[in-house]
Amino acid sequence: MIQFTLANFDTLMSRTVEHIALVSLAVGIATLTGVPIGIAITKSKRAAQIVLYVAAIIVTIPSIALFGIMMPILSIFGYGIGYVPAVIAVLLYSLLPIIRNTYTAINNVDPALREAARGIGMSPNERLRLVEIPLAIPVIMAGVRTAVVLNIGVMAIAAYIGAGGLGTFISRGISQSDPRQLIVGAVAVSLLAVVVDYALLALQKQLTPKGMAKIIQAG
Amino acid sequence: MIRLDNLTKIYKTTEGPVTAADRISMEVPAGEICILLGPSGCGKTTTLKMINRIVQPTSGRVLIDGEDTAELDTQTLRHNIGYVIQQIGLFPNMTIEENISVVPRLMGWDKTKYRNRTRDLMDMIAMDPDAFLNCFPHELSGGQQQRIGVARALAADPPVMLMDEPFGAIDPINRAVIQDEFLKMQKELKKTILFVSHDIDEAIKMGNRIAIFRAGQLVQYSEPDELLAAPKNEFVESFLGDDRALKRLNLVKVRDVVNDTIGTVKPSDSLETAHKRIEEYGYQNAIIMVNEQYQPVGMVAASVAKNTKGYCSDHNSPMPAQVGLDDDLRKVVSLMFGHDITWAPCVDEKERLCGQITQRTITHHLSARHAMQTAKKPAEVI
Ligand SMILES: Nc1ncnc2c1ncn2[C@@H]1O[C@H](COP(=O)(O)OP(=O)(O)OP(=O)(O)O)[C@@H](O)[C@H]1O
Ligand SMILES: [Mg+2]
Repeated sequence: MIQFTLANFDTLMSRTVEHIALVSLAVGIATLTGVPIGIAITKSKRAAQIVLYVAAIIVTIPSIALFGIMMPILSIFGYGIGYVPAVIAVLLYSLLPIIRNTYTAINNVDPALREAARGIGMSPNERLRLVEIPLAIPVIMAGVRTAVVLNIGVMAIAAYIGAGGLGTFISRGISQSDPRQLIVGAVAVSLLAVVVDYALLALQKQLTPKGMAKIIQAG
Repeated sequence: MIRLDNLTKIYKTTEGPVTAADRISMEVPAGEICILLGPSGCGKTTTLKMINRIVQPTSGRVLIDGEDTAELDTQTLRHNIGYVIQQIGLFPNMTIEENISVVPRLMGWDKTKYRNRTRDLMDMIAMDPDAFLNCFPHELSGGQQQRIGVARALAADPPVMLMDEPFGAIDPINRAVIQDEFLKMQKELKKTILFVSHDIDEAIKMGNRIAIFRAGQLVQYSEPDELLAAPKNEFVESFLGDDRALKRLNLVKVRDVVNDTIGTVKPSDSLETAHKRIEEYGYQNAIIMVNEQYQPVGMVAASVAKNTKGYCSDHNSPMPAQVGLDDDLRKVVSLMFGHDITWAPCVDEKERLCGQITQRTITHHLSARHAMQTAKKPAEVI
């Protein structure tokens, strides 16, 4: 096992990098779209209900089924297999935790702070930039973390549609009845999830406004 | 100057419309503090929030220096109105310095200017800039946070301030200190201030005028002394409390009622002279003795002056108490009751005798309807 790992170390590394890159790309796009959507739906309860409902439904679709749905649609554009459907699937899965956390965090900003911000003459944009988003960051980041950890697993399955990444070890291990590959792939995916979770937690602490760190720890 | 003209707010709720403010019309002259006072739910906060348009009036107008605020740009309007919300509302993600300088930064002041301003404000609210500017709000006590809230509202030097129970979260001792600091500040800054309070004593202390609200309506709008002397109806009377006559004592300074004709003797005068002077002024108990600087040093009893020969310096008895020109009558009454005396000599800042005050002056003042009318002082008997 160790021999196998050492012998394939280069491949293992490059697949890990590939795996991270794919998840980052997908969650990155999901963050860039999900956060604005989460903020936008705080303006309307009705819109929030609809958006959160749709996002929740997407998450309930099993990943294999989602790939199945996406392949015929994307093959129209010539992207039926490979990393494109994988990234899109992960993106869709990531939207729920990110949108929901953003929405909740912005909505839960103390109304007194919002009134203070309005009262001293901040425009709605200034309010978002200077008060609401900074205060919401810890919760938004928690959503991003959930999305990443969840989708490191989903991305492993995407190896079946040729997305690459660590899942390749697992799928080959199964098809070639090679437990070494299977175990190395599975362990690597789990380890990656744990390590990335910690790294993002550290980033979350870094991004949390200093004045709030204590309050959050105490709460 | 701020003018409210038939200002009305009707909230639509599931249980039907609630009239939170009902045709409020009043005027706050520039440079004065107006206290909005009344029981919970009477519409004080609603009225206040219509002035900076946090709450949109259902009808009526707010005019600041003659300009209808509905026609001004809301952001600009709010930059020019300092707002202290009841819940303090410091931004937890910003340092104290960032909190205080937030309005100047929004208005695009340059860095040196707003940093200097922040330090000046810290001095003004008696907090050490070096110790606090880099702290975050949660590191401060409630009272300190409330002061920072006031500093934040003052930062861009707005001519108008709206303060919703700004000292509510502070214990009574510190509250008195902060009230004094604020009044001192106001003496220099001369802002036009609307100030919501629950506390009648705070209202009397802080207000140039007091507006009493009940169920959305303005019941009485008067100067504190007038309010206490002549409450308009039973509601106001009961709200002010049974001891409202005593509360007026806080409002009157010795300076306002002192009787400055007072007979004295010098240590070198003979007791005969003292006796003559006591007769001349009609004093019954004693006459004050002053030194070269006209500072009271004691008194000579009438009985001694009448029946003994010698000099005043040898028959000097100590004075039980004296009061300063800037003491309020509450302190004077307390001294009189404490020492069982009916009058006290008054001294100025240099401890020089400048008159006397008697229990009769005080009771006379309280029974008169207006402070101004009692300015003509009645003849006194010591
Ligand atoms: N947003 C709102 N929607 C519906 N009703 C409201 C709203 N805000 C205030 N009210 C009602 O309007 C009335 C006046 O409220 P307001 O907050 O002005 O009272 P207040 O005098 O400031 O009271 P307190 O001393 O308790 O702060 C109350 O009956 C209150 O329930
Ligand atoms: Mg209120």
